[in-house]
Amino acid sequence: MTARGGQLDQHAGALVDNVLRFGRVLRAAGLDVHHGRMLDALRAIERVGVARRTDVRAALCCLLVHRHEDLARFDEAFDLFFRARSESAGGLPLFSLGERPRVVANPAAGTAVTIELGEHDANSSAESSRAVGAYSAVEVSRTKDFGEFTPAELDRARQLLARLPWRLGMRRTRRWRRTPAGALDLRRVLRRNLLRGGELVDLPRRTRRAVPRPFVLIADVSGSMDRYSRMLVHFLYGLSEHGRRVESFVFATRLTRVTRGLARGGGTAAIGRLMREVNDWGGGTRIGDALRTFNTRWARRVMRHGPVVLIVSDGWDRGDPARLAAEVARLHRQCHRLIWLNPLLGSSSYEPLTRGMQAALRHVDDFLPAHNLASLEQLARHLNAIGTL
Amino acid sequence: MGGDALVLPASVDELQTLLEREQYIADRSLAVSIFLALTLQRPLFLEGEAGVGKTEVAKVLAAALRTQLIRLQCYEGLDISHAVYEWNYSRQLLEIRLIETAETLDRTSAARELFTEAFLVKRPLLRAVEQARVRPPVLLIDEIDRADEEFEGYLLELLSDFQITIPELGTIRAPRPPVVVITSNRTREVHDALKRRCVYAWIDYPDFDKEHRIVSAKVPRLSARLAEQVTAFVQDLRTVDLYKASGISETLDWAAALVALNREVLDVDVVNETIGLLLKNQEDIEAVRGERMQAIVARALARGAGQTEP
Repeated sequence: MTARGGQLDQHAGALVDNVLRFGRVLRAAGLDVHHGRMLDALRAIERVGVARRTDVRAALCCLLVHRHEDLARFDEAFDLFFRARSESAGGLPLFSLGERPRVVANPAAGTAVTIELGEHDANSSAESSRAVGAYSAVEVSRTKDFGEFTPAELDRARQLLARLPWRLGMRRTRRWRRTPAGALDLRRVLRRNLLRGGELVDLPRRTRRAVPRPFVLIADVSGSMDRYSRMLVHFLYGLSEHGRRVESFVFATRLTRVTRGLARGGGTAAIGRLMREVNDWGGGTRIGDALRTFNTRWARRVMRHGPVVLIVSDGWDRGDPARLAAEVARLHRQCHRLIWLNPLLGSSSYEPLTRGMQAALRHVDDFLPAHNLASLEQLARHLNAIGTL
Repeated sequence: MGGDALVLPASVDELQTLLEREQYIADRSLAVSIFLALTLQRPLFLEGEAGVGKTEVAKVLAAALRTQLIRLQCYEGLDISHAVYEWNYSRQLLEIRLIETAETLDRTSAARELFTEAFLVKRPLLRAVEQARVRPPVLLIDEIDRADEEFEGYLLELLSDFQITIPELGTIRAPRPPVVVITSNRTREVHDALKRRCVYAWIDYPDFDKEHRIVSAKVPRLSARLAEQVTAFVQDLRTVDLYKASGISETLDWAAALVALNREVLDVDVVNETIGLLLKNQEDIEAVRGERMQAIVARALARGAGQTEP
């Protein structure tokens, strides 16, 4: 912005300054604010005027926010920023604000149970780096229960999981693609044959294209599942790594969506961050409630295109069995295939006797074990076999 | 290029009056968003639950700006041939036969004659760009979350320069962009790249006052008392944990139904008979049947009788 001198322009200059700084604050708070949008924001303020605080808020909000989940953070940042701004004439508190990494402090950060995958807490970094170097030396039994794995074995298993060929069935779309056989592609028929004098010689064809089915994973991370939870997160992560549309949720007492956490990229780092966000790790289990939350809050958003839904849980539920059954039934009606993975199914003595589990099983397409590498490989094969159903 | 330009409101206040004249009651923040979309010539991206009046914004804008509304309803697999244009194959084939019988067939001229506007089926996006040369229309791209990513990509391109290229005909360009309103029910995340180009507004369920004003304004022959009861009931119902809460459009349907049934006050029976207009989900209906329903009706009656509850 060019300085044009004069009293008024001094105000304008301050305004420009403020808006640009606010943009930085939002960015620091984790909002996706494009630099190009700042110019729009300035024009917007010019058009709307600064007489009404609500107008300024609305103008900045509708241009700088484009995700519903960011709205609360925007409001908080706006209140903080513009209060801090008006209370002190100088720019000092602002600078400090701008430097703050996050406007919304993460209350869970201090108290969260940090389960670092594959690494066991107390170990020094030296030891874990040695473990990294020694990967190939560790032989992992494909039939050994995850619960009995040593940390080194877990690391190795993690690598193996990443290599599994996750192909989860295809779905026919309404889109077309050119193929040697199939229905006539009339547009191309006409264009191609016109040059031959309108005689239909060459008949291009098209068929509906098939795309991978999306995948929704709802994983239990409660106390009774704790032994398996580390593997599960890698399970989740390995799936989204393969480019498939994967929506992931974890629950113990509450359901938390972790898709974005996993999508932010960065392997173990992403998983570490995720752990801090899910502060529910290792509480009691209420599968029914968690699925209820899923069905009411998330299903409409993530259950498109006939997904394959995977529930990973041992079925130990402290909630109401009738509720669990009702929610599983509802879930089943919305998806292409509902698969329940149960780590305990691996132990020969286990029968799904918990009442909730029994009630729920009627609505499940597949009930499979997930306690060792062999069972996960079997799952991968099973998912491939679902094919274009 | 000639054609009319739209007369845009000069301030947020003016826009709000314009909307209210069309019986659309908008929050101040929504009004600011619409105002900015108009003045900055950006698409307006409206997100919110089904039935909170997103589509209505486009309709009302078209009426308020006295221009045409062109609507593209999105669905899965929506492609260029349904969104932009398609050639009328059967007519083309027929034409070939006609040329043949007239024995005047000449290959190069046939291609020219067959791919002219007469054989073009114009779909909403092409119509919007064409219409914009005369007078910018309101282009409503409804429920974009139902379309797939390929279409989003195409839309992104169209929204940046408002020109459409038909290989056989050439490029059609809109000198002034249409007013674009995109709605999403958020059944999936729309790509950020698209949203970033838009003015984004989230429309929430209305509070009591707003919904009461909407119901009173939009449902003819609705008594003041019933309007209050209906609003109170619906507001209360939204606090119940349901799979699908009812939107404003459901409230309006329900209120109209009560008027049609000549009801002056709510009671449990009539609510039971007409609940299907509010809740479209068997589990949800079961969940509120019985005592819960009685309690909600009782509270609604108390409110309608003037004993306002917090």
